[in-house]
Amino acid sequence: MTVITPPETATLAAATASRSTAFWRLKGFPLIPVTILLFIAFVAVFADVLAPYDPQIGSLARRFKPPVWQEGGSWAYLLGTDHVGRDVLSRLIFGARVSMIVGLTAVLVAGVIGTLLGILSGYLGGWADQVVMRVTDTWLALPALTFAIFLAAIVGPSELNIILILGLVYWTRYARVIRGEVLSLKQREFVRLAIVAGCSKRVIMWRHILPNVINSAIVLATLMLGVVIVTEASLSFLGVGVPPPKPAWGLMMADGKKGLMVGYWWLTVFPGICIMLMVLSANLLGDWLRVKLDPQLRQL
Amino acid sequence: MKQYIIRRAGYSLLSLFLLSLTIFLFVRVTGDPIALLTEPGASQDDIEAMRHQFGLDQPLWMQYWHFVASFLTGDLGQSFYYRTPVLDLYFQRLPNSLLLAAVAMALSLLIGIPSGILAAVRVDRFWDSAGKIFALLGLSLPQFWVGLVLILVFSVYLGWLPSSGSGTFLHLLMPAFTLGWYFAAAHMRMTRSSMLEVLGSEYVKLARLKGLPESLVIGKHALKNALIPVITLAGINLVVMINVAVVVETVFAWPGIGRLLYEGVTFRDFPVVQAVVVIGGSMIILVNFLVDILYALIDPRIRLES
Amino acid sequence: MSQEPLLSLEHLSAHYVSQQGTRVVRAVDDVTIRLGAGETLGIVGESGSGKSTLALTIMRLLPPAARIVGGRIMFEGKNLVDKPEAEMREVRGKRIAMILQDPMASLNPLFTIGNQVGEPLRVHEGATRANAWQRAIALLKSVRIASPQTRVAQYPHEMSGGMRQRIVGAIGISCEPRLLIADEPTTSLDLTIQAQYLNLLRELQREHGLALIFITHNLGIVAKMCDQLAVMYAGRVVEKGPVARIFNAPAHPYTKALLGSIPRMSDNRRQLTAIDGQPPDLSSLPAGCSFAPRCPAAFARCRAEAPPEFALDDGRTARCWLAAPGVAQSLDAQAAK
Repeated sequence: MTVITPPETATLAAATASRSTAFWRLKGFPLIPVTILLFIAFVAVFADVLAPYDPQIGSLARRFKPPVWQEGGSWAYLLGTDHVGRDVLSRLIFGARVSMIVGLTAVLVAGVIGTLLGILSGYLGGWADQVVMRVTDTWLALPALTFAIFLAAIVGPSELNIILILGLVYWTRYARVIRGEVLSLKQREFVRLAIVAGCSKRVIMWRHILPNVINSAIVLATLMLGVVIVTEASLSFLGVGVPPPKPAWGLMMADGKKGLMVGYWWLTVFPGICIMLMVLSANLLGDWLRVKLDPQLRQL
Repeated sequence: MKQYIIRRAGYSLLSLFLLSLTIFLFVRVTGDPIALLTEPGASQDDIEAMRHQFGLDQPLWMQYWHFVASFLTGDLGQSFYYRTPVLDLYFQRLPNSLLLAAVAMALSLLIGIPSGILAAVRVDRFWDSAGKIFALLGLSLPQFWVGLVLILVFSVYLGWLPSSGSGTFLHLLMPAFTLGWYFAAAHMRMTRSSMLEVLGSEYVKLARLKGLPESLVIGKHALKNALIPVITLAGINLVVMINVAVVVETVFAWPGIGRLLYEGVTFRDFPVVQAVVVIGGSMIILVNFLVDILYALIDPRIRLES
Repeated sequence: MSQEPLLSLEHLSAHYVSQQGTRVVRAVDDVTIRLGAGETLGIVGESGSGKSTLALTIMRLLPPAARIVGGRIMFEGKNLVDKPEAEMREVRGKRIAMILQDPMASLNPLFTIGNQVGEPLRVHEGATRANAWQRAIALLKSVRIASPQTRVAQYPHEMSGGMRQRIVGAIGISCEPRLLIADEPTTSLDLTIQAQYLNLLRELQREHGLALIFITHNLGIVAKMCDQLAVMYAGRVVEKGPVARIFNAPAHPYTKALLGSIPRMSDNRRQLTAIDGQPPDLSSLPAGCSFAPRCPAAFARCRAEAPPEFALDDGRTARCWLAAPGVAQSLDAQAAK
């Protein structure tokens, strides 16, 4: 009769292992990026309360005022005023709202189209797959910004159009990744069981496939948020995005560009910093989520 | 091998077809073709004439046929603004775009390859993290923001470089850096991952076992193998660069294809916009096809597949 | 072995330490081995028993996560453990060479055979390009490669597997090393080529007075090639000594099990998988003897205390309480009751 008592080292190892995973759960959490994103969201929601001035009305009498710490600046206009005398800070605050609304909705539109088509394409296979994937390949060959400019030139600038354009340009990124995931899910036991159990294709796709690709879709959405915001800003900068006098960050930079050569730096630098902070934060959060939720997406 | 090339060629042709169909449908169905294809402020008679010339009174498939046929014969329409054939305009601007892309590519490889090697050799250490941050910045910062900050520093405050225009090598520096930086990040990531893969290979292990100094192990045995995918990517990206320089060329007023696209949009010169998109997309589809073929020639596994 | 041995490992240990330092894998643990000039030593054990790590430890080319934590590697009278990296490079490829498992992957696809075979000569002996090329041709000839004049300018993908393995062998002997370590050099070759290659290695050994370390899990090869044998289990050498002695009367139950698991000498490619139980997890070894959980002869002491290396009277050592002086007799006595 042999009684094997578990060796001390094994329990010790197990204890340290569980402690280290608990620790790992929070390790590398992008605290600063998330704080920045939440702050921007907060500003966007309460823009009406927070902004000291109307972002669209200025007075030529007080144009090109520098920020408060520079000579000629005043406490009334913390970050200065632009070429028609509008308060830069107020425009930045309302610009956050534009970026948030456009960014989030466009990512959602692209995500819904791309995920659904990716699932259909991957699960049904056959000609549906061929059509979706050939369109995806072709559209991915078009540089996103060029494609977006083309579409904007056709439908004309408006906030809603920008959202639809960005959705149309970026759904292909989701479709390709989601399709790949669906192809491997199809081989998994639970999907096969569902097929054997006689579930309809619709039920399998809706109940078994969709919940399993939602993680990847969320990771992609976070990573796409930065890309979409940069594209929106670029379109606005080129004059085919959010139409003036709406306060979009990209538009502010385009306006400010004229003043750059005579040293009115604050008109371009502040909106630039806002875009940069938001995009960097979204990317850092996306990177963290990717490692956390979906190690298979590492190659993205 | 032959089958593989034929299949690839088939895919590429299909993509070109889908590209033309996409462009066509967006213009005819989503937009108002008359507004897009006739000059702003044209008279009612002119509009009627245009409607007939573009065959807008004919069924859609006939219209599509005319659209493709005119493109295939090199007729991309007339620019409203410049009043010259669009294709002439395109070829006028192309050399500038090529020059910008070439210098930007050189800069991006000059930055991307060494930093990628460094990141791979010192994996998970300081230089690797520094490289990751650099790549993240490169991919996160909007190009117009980088460009404007460069102008602010080097033109406005230091007065070293001209802020816009073309003509001298100095004019090229800032736009090439702005364009190249974004791609440097991609090239760095590719160099790093392919270098890491090669460094784990048996032949690198054998090179170390031979007692070679680390400079030879990395500089000779690892680097040459690791660069193959990087050079391939760079080849594709060179074509991509020509087509994504809109923002950079706008910021620095560089007279290339991107600037042409911007002018097309601002002057409501739709034939120009359409031509830039169609040619750009076709170029990228073709270069992808060429790379596929090239890989088939190099990689014996694909060669044997058929 | 009266004179100083060529290579002497003394209580050598190399561990993998995870980044947080929470997991320690004792890949090589307290290994003591001696090897005289011109001798052949076989090292056998299951995969994961630390054989390959041991070889890389000797070459001082452990992966970044692993380090030597104790012991000495005495080679030609000098301790390799505290040699600076620059001096170590002069040992690698010149005094000690090593052949890797996979001949397909160990040649660089982008350089000619001549370039790769001549490379150690250029680095270690400062040979000119032309001179290294000529000597590469001679080396190809010495590993019996037909028409070396044309082969030398070709690329690896133009060669068969057997040829590539010979070329790797040629690289190994290019600087006339004193010791050649071959890590499972024949696993990827088919049987006839395997036999030819083993013969070649033996001839080279005779011609150059090489000492050979053979890392394998093929006991057939050991029987054919080796003078000495070391059996590794869980990072430790559990039994070592002259091959014939061990084959005739294995002292360690693990060795017994290994020998029992080769069915026929003719079928010597069969791998050693026929022992009950799983190889242990090297990061959480049991407290006593690491083979105890799988050992048919284990008793209480085996689970409580790891056995040291006991020297047997016929020049062997074994890490087993059964080999402890007096134990065998008392066990016999117990059995008799």
